[in-house]
Amino acid sequence: MASRRDFLRVSAFGIGGMFVAAAGLKLQASISDLNERSDKLYLNLIKTPTYCEVCFWKCAGWVYKTDEGEIWKIVGNEIDQHCNGRFCPRGTGGVGMYHDEARLKTPLIRTGERGEQKFRKASWEEALDMVAKNLQNIADKHGPETIALLSHGSGGKYFTNLIKALGSDSSAAPSFSQCKGPREIAFLNTFGEEVLSPERTDIRDTRCMVLIGAHIGENMHNGQVQEMSDAIDKGASIITVDPRFSVVAGKSKFWLPVKPATDIALLLAWIHVIIYENQYDAGYVEKYTYGFDYLKQHVKNFTPEWAYGITTIKPGTIRETAREMANASPAVIIHPGRHVTWYGDDTQRLRAVAILNALLGSWGRRGGFYQPESMPVPSAPHPPYPKPRKTWRDALNGKFNMTELPLASEFVEASLPDSDRDLQYKAWIVNGTNLIFTLPDQQKTIDALKNLEFVAVVDTMPMEITAWADVILPECTYLERYDSIRNSPHRLPSIAVRIPAVDPKYDTRSAWWMAREIGLRMGLDDYFPFETQEEELDWQLKELGTSLEEMTRKGVKNFERSWDDLYIAKGQEMEFFTNTGKIELYSTSMAAAGFDPLPVYTKHELPPAGFYRLNYGRAPMHTFSRTSNNPNLTDLMAENTLWVNPKISKIEGIENDQYVWLENSKGIISTFPIKVRVTERIRWDSVYMVHGFGHQNKMLERCFGKGASDTELMSIVHKDPVMGGTGMRGNFVRIHIEKPQEELS
Amino acid sequence: MRYAMAIDTKKCVGCSDCVVACQTENHVPIGYCRDWVVEVMDGTYPQLEMEIRSERCNQCGNAPCVRCCPTGASHFEEGGLVLVTADKCIGCGACIQSCPYDARYSHPDGHVDKCTFCNHRVEVGGKPACVEACPTKCMYFGDLDDPGSDVSKVLKTRKSKTLIPEAGTEPYLYFLI
Amino acid sequence: MREEIIISGRMNPNIDPYLHIWHWQIPLYLFLGGLAAGILFFSAYNHVTGKEEKYRAASYISTLIVPLLLVFGLFSLFLDLKHKMYFWRLYTTIKLESPMSWGAWVLMLVTPLSFILAAINLKKVFPGWKWKYPLMQTLDDFFENYRRTIAWILVVAAPILGIYTGILFSAFNARPLWNTSILGPLFLVSGLSTGAAVNILFSKDHAERLAFTRIDLVLIGIELFLITHMFMGFMASTQVQIDSAKLFLGGPYTAQFWVLVVMLGLVIPAFLEILELKKFKIPAIVPAGLVLMGGLILRFILTNAGQMSRWLY
Ligand SMILES: Nc1nc2c(c(=O)[nH]1)N[C@H]1C(S)=C(S)[C@@H](COP(=O)(O)OP(=O)(O)OC[C@H]3O[C@@H](n4cnc5c(=O)[nH]c(N)nc54)[C@H](O)[C@@H]3O)O[C@H]1N2
Ligand SMILES: Nc1nc2c(c(=O)[nH]1)N[C@H]1C(S)=C(S)[C@@H](COP(=O)(O)OP(=O)(O)OC[C@H]3O[C@@H](n4cnc5c(=O)[nH]c(N)nc54)[C@H](O)[C@@H]3O)O[C@H]1N2
Ligand code: SF4
Ligand code: SF4
Ligand code: SF4
Ligand code: SF4
Ligand code: SF4
Ligand SMILES: [Mo]
Repeated sequence: MASRRDFLRVSAFGIGGMFVAAAGLKLQASISDLNERSDKLYLNLIKTPTYCEVCFWKCAGWVYKTDEGEIWKIVGNEIDQHCNGRFCPRGTGGVGMYHDEARLKTPLIRTGERGEQKFRKASWEEALDMVAKNLQNIADKHGPETIALLSHGSGGKYFTNLIKALGSDSSAAPSFSQCKGPREIAFLNTFGEEVLSPERTDIRDTRCMVLIGAHIGENMHNGQVQEMSDAIDKGASIITVDPRFSVVAGKSKFWLPVKPATDIALLLAWIHVIIYENQYDAGYVEKYTYGFDYLKQHVKNFTPEWAYGITTIKPGTIRETAREMANASPAVIIHPGRHVTWYGDDTQRLRAVAILNALLGSWGRRGGFYQPESMPVPSAPHPPYPKPRKTWRDALNGKFNMTELPLASEFVEASLPDSDRDLQYKAWIVNGTNLIFTLPDQQKTIDALKNLEFVAVVDTMPMEITAWADVILPECTYLERYDSIRNSPHRLPSIAVRIPAVDPKYDTRSAWWMAREIGLRMGLDDYFPFETQEEELDWQLKELGTSLEEMTRKGVKNFERSWDDLYIAKGQEMEFFTNTGKIELYSTSMAAAGFDPLPVYTKHELPPAGFYRLNYGRAPMHTFSRTSNNPNLTDLMAENTLWVNPKISKIEGIENDQYVWLENSKGIISTFPIKVRVTERIRWDSVYMVHGFGHQNKMLERCFGKGASDTELMSIVHKDPVMGGTGMRGNFVRIHIEKPQEELS
Repeated sequence: MRYAMAIDTKKCVGCSDCVVACQTENHVPIGYCRDWVVEVMDGTYPQLEMEIRSERCNQCGNAPCVRCCPTGASHFEEGGLVLVTADKCIGCGACIQSCPYDARYSHPDGHVDKCTFCNHRVEVGGKPACVEACPTKCMYFGDLDDPGSDVSKVLKTRKSKTLIPEAGTEPYLYFLI
Repeated sequence: MREEIIISGRMNPNIDPYLHIWHWQIPLYLFLGGLAAGILFFSAYNHVTGKEEKYRAASYISTLIVPLLLVFGLFSLFLDLKHKMYFWRLYTTIKLESPMSWGAWVLMLVTPLSFILAAINLKKVFPGWKWKYPLMQTLDDFFENYRRTIAWILVVAAPILGIYTGILFSAFNARPLWNTSILGPLFLVSGLSTGAAVNILFSKDHAERLAFTRIDLVLIGIELFLITHMFMGFMASTQVQIDSAKLFLGGPYTAQFWVLVVMLGLVIPAFLEILELKKFKIPAIVPAGLVLMGGLILRFILTNAGQMSRWLY
């Protein structure tokens, strides 16, 4: 038991590249070499293994080249559990990332003011010297802990190694405080484990799946979409809770068009029905959970009738759907969602989701949540990192104690001119995250960027964030480089490699090389023991019982599980990684930290007259702002549209395809107009747009000025008091037919 | 032999992977496509219904595009495939005008192009690129004359329809409803 | 509300958002073909019925421009082809089901004949005409003997050419607006009408002019009847055809069609022609010019509107 828990601890918070001996893990050849079969189709073409970098699902696949050696197409690797041989449109369109002529082509050094977009070309020598010198200066002047890394994506590991070697532990990804943070904290405080990525949802075998604002199908995380489709085939019922008629709502047995921001009321009513109609898994609850009686008492008055008044979902429907879930139990999934930073009470909402799952006994059960396992990939051997004098927690000034990971948005707070934080940041390394489009309250991000002493940005494209860099280090795309070994948790532990299919186009390099070159310039040679990335990978892979040569042939290797515990066996004794060792329906940690130990519904602000709630989400053919200029994907969708209910289009006097401007309740006006789509798919109190458009950098030739940016309209941020997630769905906009004049201030 | 394709509108999520997969596989130039995805919405909020269809050339049994082609560039091949021989095509556009599905386009090289059911893959026993890429596995392909093929099996168990049968073209692209 | 949209961004050039694969070349080609057919038909008919000397302009003069019309027409068709280097492929097969194919072959027949006819008519138009090369003179003499045969061929081939210009459209079921058997007769009659207009223009002879004015009036009458009939047919047909007729009944082509084609191209010239027959002095160029313009615009509008009418989305 204990060993599994330790192991989970590592994989859940494996951000620091902790080393776990591979001993005790039986290695085994991959299930079968299905790939060979497909080879005969494509004759003797050269294919190179990779894993996709277009989103963070990280599907493994093959890159094919034409006879002329040009990149031709990318298809999934058949033995990969993330994709089962099938990529999503973005992955297939990944070729466009390589071909995009707008790419960053050489290192650039700023010549104008920050944000002015004035740069000159530089050699790598000069650029790297400049980064090293500036980081050294700041480390000497303010301490190395004032250097922060903001990173999203595979190269992050290498820069994390760099700043840790320097003596800073401040490495944050927007995928926590702007994304799945509340979910992970809620589940950690209920089950003692996180949901992780890929989510441990056993969708392929489920009999009932409840999606609460998780728009799978538009949210194109591959494995989930595939398994949902399998589940539909097998007759599983889907219950979708979404104020918008999402794609999956159209495939659901029940669509609950909930009033925005009222989900907790619905969840509490479901819990009420399941408890008071005795629909819960009594044996499971009895054996594994803590606090059932508190919960029962707590939800006593949260009847469907009570929830009806709040959510507008009819009591009959609430009861019927609760029974639908209970009938499927334990093969039921109340899906935790992924981008869950909505209204600031998100950890509480996700706690309610976790509790509902616990009552139905789905955690650790087939068709519910499986128990994933990952391969412990050793990081290159190096001396211990220096202990940081101050840690990222010092930058929080005692707030958000329950977070387990650093918060990108709080790095911004701790970089502002008037910051009173115990740790204040002086320099940022930004890698693979377009912070200007990614963090709400854009002005704050800009204020922080203006105030920093040094900013280096590593990116492949001239995005909005690169405009704020002192030095831009152009990375080659994932198709042109080696990268860190993918070891995401799954049903079977597995690894996947990324091998360059072609040499870097333009004067671009990999993150591994850049981090090392900077490290060497700062005298950190011991932390970068390998001279080439091939050597490092080969060493790591040999530790895992394989080699770079084998992995170059196979791309993916699945291993046998070290414990036969994909699901909890019947009657198995279990100890959960919580204070009580049980699944905590009543959270003792939350209680101790002064938060509601059981979730409560709080009322959220409604749009003022003339304003609509700004709803946003994903389009299946784009990933955030990173694909907006991709030639293959702009072909599918060139700009986002503003979804408007027909009733509203009448009131506002606007028509399909008309361009309008938006203004939020703080008076911020969209930089660009957005095209109207009049559709019944959206409620009359909201408007909807896909995130990632409205690019402001002119160098993005294809997407500059196309559509509007949801981020710039998000001036109101409801921070989650539990873990600091930035609630982004509480913003309201009004529609202008003509571009309004900015008010003089 | 009679090749056909069936698309499950209940599983298709409209992701358009079939479109990019076709574009890369068949070197379809940027700005053009051989297949496309249609969303049909009916009703009033919140009583709504949606159908999503991935569409392409129907490989019609009674193909007006073949009939009207003055050079024989558009022709039938084994398995009922309707194909265009690029170096017989003069680019007159007659076949484009004749297709009620607007499934053809004028390739920048001058000839007309459209979905081939990935003849080059099917010939060697493979499946069309779109079918093999589709993440929801909602596309079925095969020989209707073979009762064991994916498409025969699924058409036997599911209700299906074709698009504008009243145009009389005998389409072989089915939509499971 | 019903919404039917393409969500994968399909924007194939000249296919989306609506079909526009045929631009000015095809309607010009059809107009010139129809006009040539009209001129050739009247000339051939006069020869066959022995009225060639009575109507000299129609029999001889107008035919001189036909080779030019056909060459321009074919050139314009050639310009429309997007794979020009393969043009010759048209003449490696005969596909009877393809109007494009048999149209090409009819032109293959008519165009050389029109050259011959024009050549042997030169001496009729210009009495002092002498060929520079003796070979030409020999050929002239040779073909002069076959004047009647050529006329008999043309009296059949010219109407086929005229009908072809309309059938080319009506063969396309896929364009609801074109999906009517009336287009063949309509384009034939319109071609004849424009041919008559050219004869009126070229004729110095009052009697001939009056004769063709009378003929043109009848042709315009038939055209108006066919157009009315066509719309009645559409309105009694399927929804897609009703929708396509609506392009002209309140839709984007309403003004162009009713003002430019029907009023200026048919009704007003007919009115002027009636005045002319009633002995009013009307300069021939006005009604004839309007008829020609009307014929050209008719083909442009039907080409564009036809491509806008569709079955789906
Ligand atoms: N308004 C708004 N904000 C959001 C969200 C939202 O829906 N709306 N969603 C939130 C969520 S869920 C998340 S996870 C975050 C995601 O936020 P980000 O990860 O910041 O998302 P992107 O906008 O895709 O920015 C990725 C950046 O990485 C660069 N890049 C791409 N490939 C490479 C590479 O190989 N190497 C390097 N070095 N750079 C590369 C791209 O050019 C781009 O600048 O955003 C959050 N913020
Ligand atoms: N194609 C594509 N797929 C992606 C990504 C991408 O960029 N592109 N990003 C990936 C990442 S990092 C993430 S985090 C996930 C995010 O994917 P999800 O977690 O599925 O996305 P969200 O953005 O949280 O959810 C958007 C949905 O929430 C609904 N919604 C809005 N307000 C409310 C409300 O008050 N209550 C309820 N119940 N629903 C509401 C919206 O109408 C919309 O349908 O997607 C992943 N997959
Ligand atoms: S889900 Fe799509 S974009 Fe994401 S990694 Fe997989 S193929 Fe790439
Ligand atoms: S790839 Fe499959 S799911 Fe996606 S749009 Fe095409 S048919 Fe539909
Ligand atoms: S769909 Fe169009 S192009 Fe395809 S065979 Fe039928 S008519 Fe021809
Ligand atoms: S464009 Fe080509 S394929 Fe089409 S009808 Fe003309 S010659 Fe035939
Ligand atoms: S069958 Fe082949 S050619 Fe046709 S749409 Fe699919 S991928 Fe394209
Ligand atoms: Mo995310």
